[in-house]
Amino acid sequence: MNRLGRFLKRTWQDFYLVLIMVFLYAPIVTMMVLSFNTSKSRTQWGGFTLRWYADMFASRNIMAALHNTLLIALLSSLIATVIGVAACIAINSMKPVPKAVVMGITNIPMLNADIVTGISLMLAFIAFGISLGFKTILIAHITFNIPYVILSVMPKLKQTNRSTYEAAMDLGAGPVYAFFKVVFPDILPGVLSGFLLAFTMSLDDFIITHFTKGAGINTLSTLIYSEVRRGIRPSMYALSTVIFLVVLTLLILTNFAPRTKAEK
Amino acid sequence: MNQPLIDLRNITKSFDKTVVLDDLNLSVAENTFVTLLGPSGCGKTTTLRIIGGFETADQGQVIFDGEDISKLPPNKRQLNTVFQKYALFTHMNIAENIAFGLKIKGKSRTYIQDKIRYALKLVNLDGYENRSVSSLSGGQQQRIAIARAIVNEPRVLLLDEPLGALDLKLRQDMQYELIRLKNELGITFIYVTHDQEEALTMSDTIVVMNQGYIQQMGTPEQIYNEPENAFVADFIGESNIVPGIMIRDELVEIFGARFACVDKGFGTNRPVDVVIRPEDIDLVEPSAGTLTGVCTHLIFKGVHYEMEVTTPDGFEWLVHSTDLCPVGKEVGIHVDPFDIQIMNKPASEDEEAVGVNE
Repeated sequence: MNRLGRFLKRTWQDFYLVLIMVFLYAPIVTMMVLSFNTSKSRTQWGGFTLRWYADMFASRNIMAALHNTLLIALLSSLIATVIGVAACIAINSMKPVPKAVVMGITNIPMLNADIVTGISLMLAFIAFGISLGFKTILIAHITFNIPYVILSVMPKLKQTNRSTYEAAMDLGAGPVYAFFKVVFPDILPGVLSGFLLAFTMSLDDFIITHFTKGAGINTLSTLIYSEVRRGIRPSMYALSTVIFLVVLTLLILTNFAPRTKAEK
Repeated sequence: MNQPLIDLRNITKSFDKTVVLDDLNLSVAENTFVTLLGPSGCGKTTTLRIIGGFETADQGQVIFDGEDISKLPPNKRQLNTVFQKYALFTHMNIAENIAFGLKIKGKSRTYIQDKIRYALKLVNLDGYENRSVSSLSGGQQQRIAIARAIVNEPRVLLLDEPLGALDLKLRQDMQYELIRLKNELGITFIYVTHDQEEALTMSDTIVVMNQGYIQQMGTPEQIYNEPENAFVADFIGESNIVPGIMIRDELVEIFGARFACVDKGFGTNRPVDVVIRPEDIDLVEPSAGTLTGVCTHLIFKGVHYEMEVTTPDGFEWLVHSTDLCPVGKEVGIHVDPFDIQIMNKPASEDEEAVGVNE
């Protein structure tokens, strides 16, 4: 009886898990399958093709958007990482009360609804007379990326023993040398995962980009949005599939980067 | 005495309005083992950090070999520190750790190799060059931390409770190691600890600190046998501190009984504090004792028995003796004159804190 009960429980658990997986991934799998579909129909399988992928790479619009997306993701996450790490060092040496206040302020942009962030950034750019375009997207992305960097670097920095920095100074290292030689290697896993997280966030942001981009420039997400409104083409499936796979890869990297480092 | 190597002059330091060091003066002679000893919060670590350059004093000067180094950052000072928690660089192997300071100084590759080998031999860890920090035990890590500091040939080695994290047996071994190192290297050690046994074992000079003041400075024997005030007597080892009256030179009255002692110069009929170490009390027949009391407590401690003898006035004398005295037995207390240490009574808390050795 007991064994049967356990068997039923086990089966139910597995079933539940499969159900969740289906709900989560069925739409994405559908899209991936359709991206290889010769027929433009969304219901009929017309045979396997890579034509939509070829279309995608041939499209100047898509390639320009890809270029913008990658450039913005790379620049914004790099700059956010530098600013974020510097901010962490400063926050870490603060006294408890200001530290708590600054950390709280840091967290607000992450909790804030994207649409609010997007609209307020847009208004701010217009109010200060900054014309919307590539640079405003970049500034917006740096802004919302900094908290993610701080959030992943801060715990690492807290763990590091302050006396290793002092020991380096004691052995003749200047402050900058001591930081890069001794403190930085310790927080590197946090810096890396912060960078990758920021890169991912920038890559798949739509709402904030939508409000801060202005006319004439697109990232992949805004391009797909405007294309879909005009009638969807299968090359968009192909594009979405590629984006999904890239983000998935980055997420896996983000999760495993600190662990492999720690094991070493 | 010739010119001291390190001279702290009128050092004052506060953190958030709490005064940690108040007008501290301290001279350290070359090639000595000086221990700063005191309870936590007494300012000993702050003193060390001011010498190392990790804190700057609010007022006062740090003189090193005749030069004012008060404003120099740690990387410009000719001294090295061994930190309490080793502070090894975990992403480097042992050789890289030891070579850190030498590389910054731009020493040649062969010089560094030789130095690493020499330093590892000195701390009895030859052949550990390529090991990772995490593969070493606490004691080994501490030795590496010491090796990393001494390859730079500092004139002074600062040690901040370096044995605090080790277990008892290892701590004792390391104490002998440190004494050997100091003798072999001929450099000045400034050592911070709250452990009085560590201080007594290793030091040439002990500086007892409390509440930001130096209480007493002297050799381990002086500190133990001739404590200058109740704090020192109480902090170093166990002791009976009893109120007494100095009748005249070499005679003190305790609880109405007169004891011969060797101290002079306290005047006549002056209230004083008397320190008597528990191992200096001899229990004798009641008729032969200067005071009599009843044994009220008895514990076997291995090397000796610990007993409490209560005299009629209610004072409980702590006695260490290899001879057993059963509870309830009446005994006499006898103390040899040279085992009695007389101290001035502090007029106030402040005076108690200030008392500095001449």
